[in-house]
Amino acid sequence: MATKTVTFEIKRQASPDAPDVWERFELDWRPGMNVVSAMMEIAANPVTADGKPTTPVTYDSNCLEEICGSCAMRINGRASMACSALVDNLDQPIRVEPLTKFPLVRDLQVDRSVLFENLMRVKAWVPVDGTYDLGSGPRVYPQQQEANYPLSNCISCTCCMEVCPQFNVTTGFVGAATIAQVKLFNNHPTGKVFKEDRLRALAGDGGVQECGYAQNCVKACPKQIPLTNAISDISRDVMVQKVKDWLKS
Amino acid sequence: MAAPKIIVVGGGLAGLAAVIKIAEAGGTVDLFSIVPVKRSHSVCAQGGINAAKNLKGEGDTTAQHFDDTIYGGDFLANQTPVKGMCEAAPGIVDLLDRMGVPFNRTPEGLLDFRRFGGTLYHRTAFAGATTGQQLLYALDEQVRRYEAEGKVHKFEGWEFLSAVIDSRGIARGIVALDLRSMQLRSFAADAIILATGGIGAIFGKSTNSVVCTGSAQSAVFQQGVYYANGEFIQVHPTCIPGEDKLRLMSESARGEGGRVWVPRAPGDKRAVKAIPESERFYFLEEWYPKYGNLVPRDVATRAIHKVVYELGLGLDGQPMVYLDLTHIDRETLHHKLGGILEIYEKFVGVDPCVEPMKIFPGMHYTMGGLWVDFNQMTNIPGIFAAGECEYQYHGANRLGANSLVSCIFGGFHAGPNAIEYAKSVAAVEGDGGAATEVARQAEINGKLLKNEGGENPFKLWRELGKAMTEHATVIRHNNSLKQTDEKIVELLERYQRINLSDKSQWANTSFAFTRQLKNMLELSRTVVLGAMLRDESRGAHFKPEFPERDDERFLKTTKASFTGSLEGPRFEFEDVDVQYIKPRPRRYDAAK
Ligand SMILES: Cc1cc2nc3c(=O)[nH]c(=O)nc-3n(C[C@H](O)[C@H](O)[C@H](O)COP(=O)(O)OP(=O)(O)OC[C@H]3O[C@@H](n4cnc5c(N)ncnc54)[C@H](O)[C@@H]3O)c2cc1C
Ligand code: SF4
Ligand code: SF4
Ligand code: FES
Repeated sequence: MATKTVTFEIKRQASPDAPDVWERFELDWRPGMNVVSAMMEIAANPVTADGKPTTPVTYDSNCLEEICGSCAMRINGRASMACSALVDNLDQPIRVEPLTKFPLVRDLQVDRSVLFENLMRVKAWVPVDGTYDLGSGPRVYPQQQEANYPLSNCISCTCCMEVCPQFNVTTGFVGAATIAQVKLFNNHPTGKVFKEDRLRALAGDGGVQECGYAQNCVKACPKQIPLTNAISDISRDVMVQKVKDWLKS
Repeated sequence: MAAPKIIVVGGGLAGLAAVIKIAEAGGTVDLFSIVPVKRSHSVCAQGGINAAKNLKGEGDTTAQHFDDTIYGGDFLANQTPVKGMCEAAPGIVDLLDRMGVPFNRTPEGLLDFRRFGGTLYHRTAFAGATTGQQLLYALDEQVRRYEAEGKVHKFEGWEFLSAVIDSRGIARGIVALDLRSMQLRSFAADAIILATGGIGAIFGKSTNSVVCTGSAQSAVFQQGVYYANGEFIQVHPTCIPGEDKLRLMSESARGEGGRVWVPRAPGDKRAVKAIPESERFYFLEEWYPKYGNLVPRDVATRAIHKVVYELGLGLDGQPMVYLDLTHIDRETLHHKLGGILEIYEKFVGVDPCVEPMKIFPGMHYTMGGLWVDFNQMTNIPGIFAAGECEYQYHGANRLGANSLVSCIFGGFHAGPNAIEYAKSVAAVEGDGGAATEVARQAEINGKLLKNEGGENPFKLWRELGKAMTEHATVIRHNNSLKQTDEKIVELLERYQRINLSDKSQWANTSFAFTRQLKNMLELSRTVVLGAMLRDESRGAHFKPEFPERDDERFLKTTKASFTGSLEGPRFEFEDVDVQYIKPRPRRYDAAK
């Protein structure tokens, strides 16, 4: 019986300074198959479509249910999460490449630590007094929870940064995800004590002003974070902060 | 003296909780994690976190939470630490709230609570259906704050390989592998805390994340730490079977009113909607009228097995049953369960608000783990453990939403206790054995790279997972357990002939995986042989040959110690602390 097969083309690169090559794989189709399960299949049988032995593909993954943010890569040209990319929804050959805006480690693995550094720069935390028992937190009405919860769903996958025309070395732009987190923490009854610091951190070069409102980010975000909304709110707040600081000086 | 230096391995809830306490107390921490900590498995937790805050006027108390937990765990958990956890839980939820976790709210702006399995109270605080993500982020943010202050140094992308243990048997640090440069290095510390999560990967496919291999636990087990209650693993009743993993459909779906059923007629071909109420078999509600769909997981899982395998009522003859939410309005579902409904829709392509979900039980949680004392320290001085990797809080079966609280509580304890310990430990002599340990690890690596033979590590792993899932999960028979152990021994032998297709020394993930595989094989024997020894049924451990609980012989903690790869683990039993609640029969068909 002829089994249905799936064709993959994967961009391989053994190390940051090695040349890149494309390898083609022919795999048996299975119901519910996604791009990560295809990688697992290749690991168990690392042979290309023309019978050449190769190595298992290096890539990041962990949760396999689109919540840890590990497995971002370009699939058929789109920044996507490999674990939720179902083969049945993709045109073949399925072309898989690493994200392009981040330093390459190997194959599909890139170094995205810049996002975590940005989150540190904007103090993306609530400064609690300590972990001892101080009783309940501030009251938060459901309406406010409903506004904040979506922002808090960001999985740090960096898809929004990958697709942003402004996110590059020249601008040093922090990217949409960080801006959305600034909005989240500035909204929090305790988190807002750092509001001014955060806005100033987004005021200069690489800050919110770099955004050209191309809206690619919001289209690419797998978690539907209201990014353009956050960017316009924060732009306004940054502007107000600038004026305040100017009046004070 | 200088501030104690502590190493924390693992950046899930337990590890991060420990880090925060240590940094707050003035210690410095090196934090190791295979994945960036924000991507740890804790991010997957969906349903919520338990705390008896009694905000619904039901008269809930921490004593009631304690009783539910002990009873749900079939009396196998030591009672002192569980009591401490239940009493601390309300304070922990308050703290998380202060840290900014966007918990769901009541109209008055207070925390909302929902019901979970194994209790009759609304005791579970939740943030939509992505509670673990929200909790992990809150702790991650606090740790980032300490990182900015220079109190925490992260080693993300480093894998713990083993502890450095000196000639007196005291832990002095760790050996870790940089997963990019593949460089081996030792790191000194006054104490180490392992918070490395569960062992799902031993069962091939589970609800766990990819890095939940139990490799770190196994490594220290092989260095002399006891592994306790290994035979107790939880199979969650409601998972979505998948090619690469079993995706969880959280108990919160039933907490919010979801109903489990099958058509009464075997192989009923009608469309779901065409099957009238009277021809639907809501077996959990019929068999367990008091708890209904919210019986504990072991009970629900066995019921589904019975319906499918004994009564032959699986949907379309397949091992699947319905989990039905379609009677609840879309708005409520979206508000309270959005995250998990999205998972179902994304991975199955069907809208669960319109059509009942098709689910089946899957390996989910590790109740057993590293043996620790009431201070979270293992039997090797200086090695502490917290979170899913240790055995303390859940006995023979974990109640839903109790894990997140046990992870944070355990981490909050392990941190300060490690500092206390570090202050009084005798000074290290020389390098404490670091060079020797690095050399031992280098030798293992060298051998793996030189191996000749025809075995593929990923294929061996699949064979392990298949055997474990078939024979060491829901229903256990002594003869098949014995065969499974023989199978593992065979795999250990074939492991010697693994030929890596990738022998490079840069970001070589299959090399790292193959190292983990060895540890998985060693650890899986404690699960299988522990189950074989325990001739009774208790909580999640069920043997048809011995269907009753036998307190006389087995109200005991199983402790496995490593004697050598060929010899297999050696077992002993330890008495359980039952000083507060006298063991009584556990049944869910009536009020307890
Ligand atoms: C799908 C799902 C849903 C769940 N929902 C709930 C729920 O609603 N409520 C509840 O209470 N519980 C729930 N649980 C259980 C709960 O999520 C876990 O028990 C808990 O998150 C475990 O946390 P942890 O800190 O112990 O470990 P993890 O979060 O698993 O973290 C382990 C850490 O160790 C690191 N690590 C592992 N090995 C090494 C090594 N060798 N070297 C270096 N680092 C290493 C990893 O990188 C990671 O950082 C759920 C579990 C699953 C699978
Ligand atoms: S809207 Fe701004 S942040 Fe988003 S893609 Fe465009 S330029 Fe980038
Ligand atoms: S905002 Fe969206 S795309 Fe950007 S990192 Fe967060 S989840 Fe990913
Ligand atoms: S593996 Fe976690 S998001 Fe894909």
